Amino acid sequence: MTTRIDARFAELAKEGRSAFVTFLMAGDPDPATSLDILKALPKAGADIIEIGMPFTDPMADGPSIQAAGLRALKSGMTLRKTLEMVRGFREEDNTTPLVLMGYYNPIYIYGVDKFLADAKTAGVDGLIIVDLPPEEDDELCIPALKAGLNFIRLATPTTDDKRLPAVLANTSGFVYYVSITGITGAAAADSKAVGDAVARIKRHTKLPVCVGFGIRTPQAARAIAEKANGAVVGTALVDALRDSLDAQGRATTKTVAAVADVVASLAQGVRGAKQAAE
Amino acid sequence: MNSRLPNSFRTGPDERGHFGNFGGRFVAETLMPLILDLEKAYAAAKADPSFQAEMNGYLKDYVGRPSPLYFAERLTQHLGGAKIYLKREELNHTGSHKVNNVLGQIMVARCMGKKRIIAETGAGQHGVATATLCARFGLECVVYMGAVDVARQAPNVFRMEMLGAKVVPVQSGTRTLKDAMNEALRDWVTNVHNTFYCIGTVAGPHPYPMMVRDFQSVIGEETRKQMQEAEGRLPNSLIACIGGGSNAMGLFHPFLDDPSVEIFGVEAAGHGLTQLHAASIAGGRPGVLHGNRTYLLMDDDGQIQDAHSISAGLDYPGIGPEHSWLHESGRVTYLSATDDEALAAFMLLSRLEGIPPALESAHAIAKVTELAPKRPKDHLMVVNLSGRGDKDIPQITEILKGRKQ
Repeated sequence: MTTRIDARFAELAKEGRSAFVTFLMAGDPDPATSLDILKALPKAGADIIEIGMPFTDPMADGPSIQAAGLRALKSGMTLRKTLEMVRGFREEDNTTPLVLMGYYNPIYIYGVDKFLADAKTAGVDGLIIVDLPPEEDDELCIPALKAGLNFIRLATPTTDDKRLPAVLANTSGFVYYVSITGITGAAAADSKAVGDAVARIKRHTKLPVCVGFGIRTPQAARAIAEKANGAVVGTALVDALRDSLDAQGRATTKTVAAVADVVASLAQGVRGAKQAAE
Repeated sequence: MNSRLPNSFRTGPDERGHFGNFGGRFVAETLMPLILDLEKAYAAAKADPSFQAEMNGYLKDYVGRPSPLYFAERLTQHLGGAKIYLKREELNHTGSHKVNNVLGQIMVARCMGKKRIIAETGAGQHGVATATLCARFGLECVVYMGAVDVARQAPNVFRMEMLGAKVVPVQSGTRTLKDAMNEALRDWVTNVHNTFYCIGTVAGPHPYPMMVRDFQSVIGEETRKQMQEAEGRLPNSLIACIGGGSNAMGLFHPFLDDPSVEIFGVEAAGHGLTQLHAASIAGGRPGVLHGNRTYLLMDDDGQIQDAHSISAGLDYPGIGPEHSWLHESGRVTYLSATDDEALAAFMLLSRLEGIPPALESAHAIAKVTELAPKRPKDHLMVVNLSGRGDKDIPQITEILKGRKQ
């Protein structure tokens, strides 16, 4: 099975560069603006897009992404509407990989089988579910793989060599290395340590390894892109979006461009990386 | 749901932390290795007679156990039915049952070489117990507490600070217990290398629900012995209040395989079950939050809803996973009491027995006033008086003042 994610990494390998993976929260600050931002991301330089599924209790997220989720929920966002947003994007773009990222409860309540069928139909390529470690693979990971969706696992500094094989066993698409122990938006990652960690993971898998958490500047994105197959940026984009809102937290005429501009400058960083890791 | 009744209700959880369909380990990868280490460390401690002996020594001389099983004569006369006994957990050092669990977990943390302890707290009872044991063992202590709870449980905040703990008011979400738990989990993910998360109730990822239950089971084990000494037989019924449900699990667990013992858990019905409340079993359904699958209050999109209870300790939109399983298997009956019923019970016990109960425990007393009159005089009813009401007096004074105006 070749997915849009596999195809994208194959193209990037030919180009000899790493992927720029961007995150946005579905429905932040409202469903229409959020879809406009999503549509603007590939043109601005995003190679793969993670779409956050808002949740009231995001236990691994820092204040920026927590607030983004609450803005989205306040604007009436639901998991059903997130899938509608994916369908809206797919009307125009059938190649950029879309990965849904979030927490398990909204999916569990939607119904696992129905969710997987609807997500696949909508044009979702992969899932990153923060609170489903390999110990709970029966819940969603195995059914997702059967439904033809990639299940992208997080590996962390605490995932040691003994544990890595279990973490990688049912992982597909790519491995998301969380460069720090902490929540989203926290301290920056040290690129030397990241390089060592990526090399360690690559001893266990042929999958591409993308690195996220703590990347905010084009320089940092470039440094990571030199060590890994992809750099993931989330909080910096969510912050740019927040700073473009009016006093009531509503979108302004600047909102879409504010996010696209930051994406474009970070994409320059990634594309300026000397050599993609392999 | 009675079709697959187990031979025993006391064998759970399985090796993956499941009580039937409930429980599990729904946590971020960063925490998973630590949770596996904790499981090993706890298994080793449980099998180590010297660990048990040391813990029993502290339970006796530091906590003040065993706590008395007290015949509430005037309450019994007043209600005119069952003979009511109070399990006096409020007499423990720190004023509630919470210390039983904290002592055990701090001892496990020491075995694991962890020097920094974090905890979440609602009413502040678990925070106070954690701050106390950290002072006793010279450990750094950080307590997360919802900003709303910081305001309504001021005496406990002062107490924690006096004991040397850092209290962090949590401003995110609904600013109550669930948000305090989110924030504690965020701290843990960040400081996983040196930090032990001392969870205050029978919830969270495996092995916490099992471990906390085991440490609290001293309540039920003592009750068995004490009732045997007082009456020469088992009690006929047990009643305890439930937020996460640790005082209830502690009382219930040693009796689960005694079919003659009726067991009642009491959730917080807040303003009433059709309005804002905190009764996850009565008003919720199974979902996944804070590391486990259990009954939760949520909307149709799976978003967690605000709980409400007059009692900060019960103001949580979930319940321990073993309770969810005991509910579905039918072994335990789950009832609920409103804010007003709890307040009335608070006053009743204060006036009849000279014992002001914690507002949490008052929910259990409220259901005793309904159940006891319908039982015969030889019916032995045990209610867990899980905490003392001193911490609630400022809040209750305000409420009563408001009502007079």
